[in-house]
Amino acid sequence: MMEVKVINKRALVLVSDDSESRRLGSQELLQALRTEIDRCGLANEVDLNTIVDVGAKNLLPLVIIYPEAVVYGPVHPADAGRIVKEHLSQGRVIEEMIVPKHQLTGRIAWLAARSGALPAAQRIVLERAGRIDPESIEDYIIYDGYQALTKALTQMTPAQVIEELTISGLQGRGGAGFPTGKKWEIVASTSGSKKYVICNADESEPGTYKDRVILESDPHSIVEAMALAAYAIGADEGFIYIRGEYQLAQQRFQKAIEQAQALGLLGEHILGTDFSFHLHIHSGAGAYVCGEETALIESIEGKRGEPRSRPPYPTTHGLWGCPTLVNNVETLANVPPILRRSGEWYKKFGTPSSPGTKVYTIFGNVNLTGVFEVPMGITLREAISIYAKGMKNGAAFKLAQTGGSSGSLIPASLQDTPLDFAATRKAGVSLGSGALLIADENTCVVDLVKVLLNFFRFESCGKCTPCRIGTQRSYEILTRITQGQAELDALDELLKLADQMVRLSNCGLGQTAAVPIRDMLKHFRTEVEAHIQLGVCPTGVCPMRVEAPAAEEMQPLASA
Amino acid sequence: MSAHTTDNGYKEMARLAIEKHGTSPDALIPILLEVNQEYGYIPVKALTEIKKHLNAPVGDRLIQEGHLFSLASFYHMLSLKARGRHIVLFCESAPCHVTGGRAVWQALQEQLSLSAGETSPDGKWSLVTTSCLGACGVGPVVVIDEDMYGNVTPERLPEILSRYE
Amino acid sequence: MITLKIDGKTVEVPENTTVLRAAEAAGITIPTLCDHPDLTPYGGCRLCVVEVKGYRLPMASCALPVSQDMEVITENPALAEARRGILELLLSDYYDQGYEDGLGGSNELLHWAEHYHIDLEQAMAKQPRYRVDSDPNPFVWVDMNKCILCTRCIRACADVQGRFVWSLAARGAHTQVVAGAGTTMLDARCESCGACVAYCPTGALNNKMSLHLGAADRKVTTTCTYCGVGCQLELNVKDDKVIRVTSNSDAAVNGMRLCVKGRYGYDFIHHPDRLTQPQVRKYLLDGTPRPPGRGEWVTVDWDTALDLTAAKLSACRDIYGSNSLGILCSAKCLNEENYLFNKFARQVIGTNNIDHCARL
Repeated sequence: MMEVKVINKRALVLVSDDSESRRLGSQELLQALRTEIDRCGLANEVDLNTIVDVGAKNLLPLVIIYPEAVVYGPVHPADAGRIVKEHLSQGRVIEEMIVPKHQLTGRIAWLAARSGALPAAQRIVLERAGRIDPESIEDYIIYDGYQALTKALTQMTPAQVIEELTISGLQGRGGAGFPTGKKWEIVASTSGSKKYVICNADESEPGTYKDRVILESDPHSIVEAMALAAYAIGADEGFIYIRGEYQLAQQRFQKAIEQAQALGLLGEHILGTDFSFHLHIHSGAGAYVCGEETALIESIEGKRGEPRSRPPYPTTHGLWGCPTLVNNVETLANVPPILRRSGEWYKKFGTPSSPGTKVYTIFGNVNLTGVFEVPMGITLREAISIYAKGMKNGAAFKLAQTGGSSGSLIPASLQDTPLDFAATRKAGVSLGSGALLIADENTCVVDLVKVLLNFFRFESCGKCTPCRIGTQRSYEILTRITQGQAELDALDELLKLADQMVRLSNCGLGQTAAVPIRDMLKHFRTEVEAHIQLGVCPTGVCPMRVEAPAAEEMQPLASA
Repeated sequence: MSAHTTDNGYKEMARLAIEKHGTSPDALIPILLEVNQEYGYIPVKALTEIKKHLNAPVGDRLIQEGHLFSLASFYHMLSLKARGRHIVLFCESAPCHVTGGRAVWQALQEQLSLSAGETSPDGKWSLVTTSCLGACGVGPVVVIDEDMYGNVTPERLPEILSRYE
Repeated sequence: MITLKIDGKTVEVPENTTVLRAAEAAGITIPTLCDHPDLTPYGGCRLCVVEVKGYRLPMASCALPVSQDMEVITENPALAEARRGILELLLSDYYDQGYEDGLGGSNELLHWAEHYHIDLEQAMAKQPRYRVDSDPNPFVWVDMNKCILCTRCIRACADVQGRFVWSLAARGAHTQVVAGAGTTMLDARCESCGACVAYCPTGALNNKMSLHLGAADRKVTTTCTYCGVGCQLELNVKDDKVIRVTSNSDAAVNGMRLCVKGRYGYDFIHHPDRLTQPQVRKYLLDGTPRPPGRGEWVTVDWDTALDLTAAKLSACRDIYGSNSLGILCSAKCLNEENYLFNKFARQVIGTNNIDHCARL
């Protein structure tokens, strides 16, 4: 039997360890902390690591402790015992050692804005997940269900509903982070006798399954949210486009619709008011690109999922040419809590630039995989140490990919960047859908990017040239690199292809297909060049020889 | 699979699917999904019957077999090729790949003597690659028919495959 | 009307015009492959990208509706570079087997490649992906190695001809154009009108009968003789022989449309069996009794032939009465000619027995 080691990491301690900190005793501090942690038997519960470039010279060496996101400094080795005993063992923040928020500068300045309470208390989207029977509308109603809808229909005008959302600062959780209130406002202000609400539940980003969890555990929250959206924008019909593979989610949602209809919460004259709303499920049939909202609309209309040219946008010309609101599942799940409480309440979570919580899925070479909901603005390192309980087999972290295939590759040097829309954008990283793929030192970046491009060349709808052919050519070049058949100019060619895909593609699929290529060459160029110049795959993953014919034969589908 | 692979069977299948989902354009993909589920794939003859039953313009256009074929070949859950009794889906997305998917994929191909998209001569297996199935927490993932297997290793494969007749 | 600025020029066009068409109206050509004025905009090839103030990335002008005070730049070094990139990508999937395609060594794709100084040799695919001549249609040549998936054929068949023969199959790198449910063109209800060929910008669809015949030295615009619609067509002539028929967007009646007869039914022109002078039976000239099998034909001048015909018709009418005769006229005649036939039947012969074959 293998020895099962219980890993229950619950805190992450970071010690500043640049040359200035070292001069001031950071190494001794680290040693002292490690000794104290071991002495208190917390080695399995606390991750100890270092951080550089934190600025704030007069505070060095400083210590950051997650998940509370508390900063102590300057800290002397003699303080180690107290920090471990009081903070880590007893869970008491040592107020007099805390660095005042206004003194936090440079790379850790954002910590001042972070609300640091414990994650368990901050579930908004997954509030009921696992607590209620998802197939029971009574359970949902007992846990505050349909209160927001009742409140909106009886006490609020559509404009007030939108106003509350705008105050909350909620941003779309599908990846782009567009302000939700603003989107609703645009559709509401577009004239048209027929409007539609669409919930995008075609969750196909590899590694993302938060929407499935929401739909399977709390389907009524989405029914309620869609009805609220319809009321706010003036629609009377809605579709939820659920990924074809999500059979259970479809069944539960269908049941939720029927239950809501039976109670008069859907259909004609909801709650005795003039408001009517009909909701339909549309099943996907296996196409990643249908997560793109215009492709999704084409798909509902019974066509190939080819994204439309924009403008015009769906907000004015959507389903059957009518003004259409398209929101992601997670975005909608935030709506009823906001309206039940208030926009101001919601703003208390997360960071000022990205209020609220985010549901992440974490997987890869980590000890614990799964779904978790935390305030916007946790760091990647925190996610790995605390939520995923560290790297598997003690291997070193090499890179993360956020947001499924279309996200960014984040090297170790960026793992202390907070994951919110503004900060990630600034760091040139896309937060994406909230999938966190954690890869360890045994992962070859070229091999990984090749797998991603293989995905894109199959999932591209094939409509526009840069995406259809660009992904194929990139894949071929990457394959040649893994076979030891490429020259150094292949990298220039890759960058050129990436540039064409970003600038000239019709939709986000082609644009984001280029991101992993660019990130690979930005952060891991040495490793890629080793394949080409030394003929060696540093991780030993790539075959470095031709295994199979590079180009595959394509036969016409025609039987003739 | 209850529908018959006869001309009358296709006709009946088309009639039932259209009766259930209607004739508006947004019914086309649900109709195809229904047929696919019934036969395990979409026989071209069934497309012809669907077209005949629709028989009138759907939305602003007349639906021809070509359009139905185009849809069926676009969406991955729809197949135009007859498949084996058991369909082995292997997730080839990055999350499964970094957790050992590569080795599982090689072992799977060797043990079934099939490459991606092929069906075994005896009609028992079809090996199909797929994008993410949303079970990344337990990758690598293999799905056989309706059964999902997580944390698959090459060593576990023979036992898993032996469960199917 | 919407007013916008294209390359500094102020242009006024109706609402819902695309930027590409607006530019055209202002005399500015934006390169494109998938767009055609007759067809629904597609936005696939991306060759027509332009810079529009307020947009971060280049926009496909063929699918972008104009808006008030829009400012568009249609050509600059960055856009030229973008177009070169698109052309290189398209060419990397374009394989030329080297046969004489009758297009004079050029087509729209190669034209733009040349315009942007692309090294064709280097850019073109090195291997074919499809079988050449993959469809048994007697008139349409199919070589998908030259297909750039612009979908003009699909839209031409659907929008112009209303036949829906072609469609896209599969997706991503495997996307291809297929007939019907992956069958042959004729099985997919193709009427061989050749509209897809007429709109194809690369020669992936071509005129089978004209392959290997080279380029025309001149084009003669004329009217189709098959029916009364009066479609205009262009006879492509080489060495005084018609080697191909093409259609032309400017034709008032039919535009680019032609039917299978107009586009492909021209082989009678140079056929050895074709009558180019009147012929009569020899016994009629000689005034001798009709021999068994009616005897041989002899070539005569028009007067002789017409005199003979007039004499026989008059004799019939005089002996057996006006209603012993009937007149069938032809859709291949002009309206004026048919009018005269009508007069001839009723006033000259004196019968109402007149009908017409306009049931094409």
